[in-house]
Amino acid sequence: MGSRASTLLREEEIEEIKKETGFSHSQITRLYSRFTSLDKGENGTLSREDFQRIPELAINPLGDRIINAFFPEGEDQVNFRGFMRTLAHFRPIEDNEKNKNPTASEPLNSRSNKLLFAFRLYDLDRDDKISRDELLQVLRMMVGVNISDEQLGSIADRTIQEADTNGDSCISFQEFIKASLVEKLCETCF
Amino acid sequence: TSEFNLTDVLFFCRKAMENVVDDDVTKRFSPQKLDSWNLLTRNNHNFCHISLRLKVVWVLGLLLRYGVLLPLRWLRSCLSDKVHLMGCHICVRSLSAIITYHNRQNKPQNDGICVANHTTPIDGIILANDRCYSLVGQLHGGLLGMIQRAMVTSSPHIWFERAEVKDRHLVAKRLIDHVADKTKHPVLIFPEGTCINNTSVMMFRKSSFELGCTIYPVAIKYDPRFGDAFWNSSKFGLVRYLLRTMSSWAIVCSVWYLPPMNRKEGEDAVQFANRVKSVIAAKGGFVDLKWDGGLKRARVKEAFKEEQQELYSRLVVGVSQGADNAASDSAKES
Repeated sequence: MGSRASTLLREEEIEEIKKETGFSHSQITRLYSRFTSLDKGENGTLSREDFQRIPELAINPLGDRIINAFFPEGEDQVNFRGFMRTLAHFRPIEDNEKNKNPTASEPLNSRSNKLLFAFRLYDLDRDDKISRDELLQVLRMMVGVNISDEQLGSIADRTIQEADTNGDSCISFQEFIKASLVEKLCETCF
Repeated sequence: TSEFNLTDVLFFCRKAMENVVDDDVTKRFSPQKLDSWNLLTRNNHNFCHISLRLKVVWVLGLLLRYGVLLPLRWLRSCLSDKVHLMGCHICVRSLSAIITYHNRQNKPQNDGICVANHTTPIDGIILANDRCYSLVGQLHGGLLGMIQRAMVTSSPHIWFERAEVKDRHLVAKRLIDHVADKTKHPVLIFPEGTCINNTSVMMFRKSSFELGCTIYPVAIKYDPRFGDAFWNSSKFGLVRYLLRTMSSWAIVCSVWYLPPMNRKEGEDAVQFANRVKSVIAAKGGFVDLKWDGGLKRARVKEAFKEEQQELYSRLVVGVSQGADNAASDSAKES
């Protein structure tokens, strides 16, 4: 009486994931059930095809990049731990977390970790800088064919101009964080 | 004014993560998740031990499903035949019918059509008392239609919609298909098309004999001393008929199963029908008539009178001696 025994989740594993990601016990078992239902090959790992099989994800303009974010550098399979670690970035922040021990390590779903996730979506070559090309690439993915090259180029230029403080025509992670704060302020004002 | 923000990507990220966690589409292609377990392991994805009591219940459910329900459903068709026969036995008892079956070795098989002379609606019950048949007829409305539809759920009968009855090809096709299926019961047809008073056998309609299937003739003879089984439908309806039947002394009848017959080379459907009819008439001691039982209600066709006129005309105009004899013979017959 048991399901696919080789991929059964053990209590110790659940505890470890709980500590690392902050998900609750029931959330982890639920997400494990989701993981196994996506795992068509039944080998305990997900491939890029497994993700692509989700229609709503496949039609997401940034779908490919986001799926990519699940996979460790240069690998084609992601296991449940890696799956949970990536999802943890978007775990909703609960009230009881806001007053946590300040000496504890930063949770995965903190704002700065979310921003790092977003930054990595742009920074394909992992040189810790978003170049004009990389920015254009992401822009093109999001708008499709609806905006001309020149218009898109001018949007990219303007964005870099506003965010770039050290004049290297690229956006570093620090500049990225500062720019997002500015955007956040603008959002609250308007 | 809406402008591009570097953090706009987060919007797409959030949507994507929501879809990774749960989406509307992929879960439609695997078994539905139930709120509480229905004790079928096929419906339980993360199957694990919960409690001993539940396990016991599950085992009992397993025994019930595989030991009782599954065999019962398998045996359904053979059980349904037994139930039918039992039902017929009960009907026959209620009519106090005493039936003697002769030559049971010739009992109709699944690959043909059973034809018999028709005296009463009870003929069907008399025959069905010995084995199951598939009936043919028009689908009625009301109570009779409901009964017809109910009968179809347990064994295949051939009921036609009113409009289909007119379409001879459709009727023929359905019959042929039914007969071709060896698992289905033989079709029971009364080719006279109406009830006759059991002293003669009248014209057999040729449609059943055109199909090329094996014919199993049956002769049914009622003993009139104990009760008149004939349903005179022009005089009284079904209810009165049943009342009369159930209040008679008894229904005593003999059923003779005759050897199966097939159409011979060069024999057309009419000739074949007549051949079968004479066999039945001979066995049951009936008068073999060429007249149509439909004459109970309808007028005879003008064409027969015209035939006689034509024969007489040849006489008057003066033809060879052979034709003369033929003309006077046919004049005597009518």
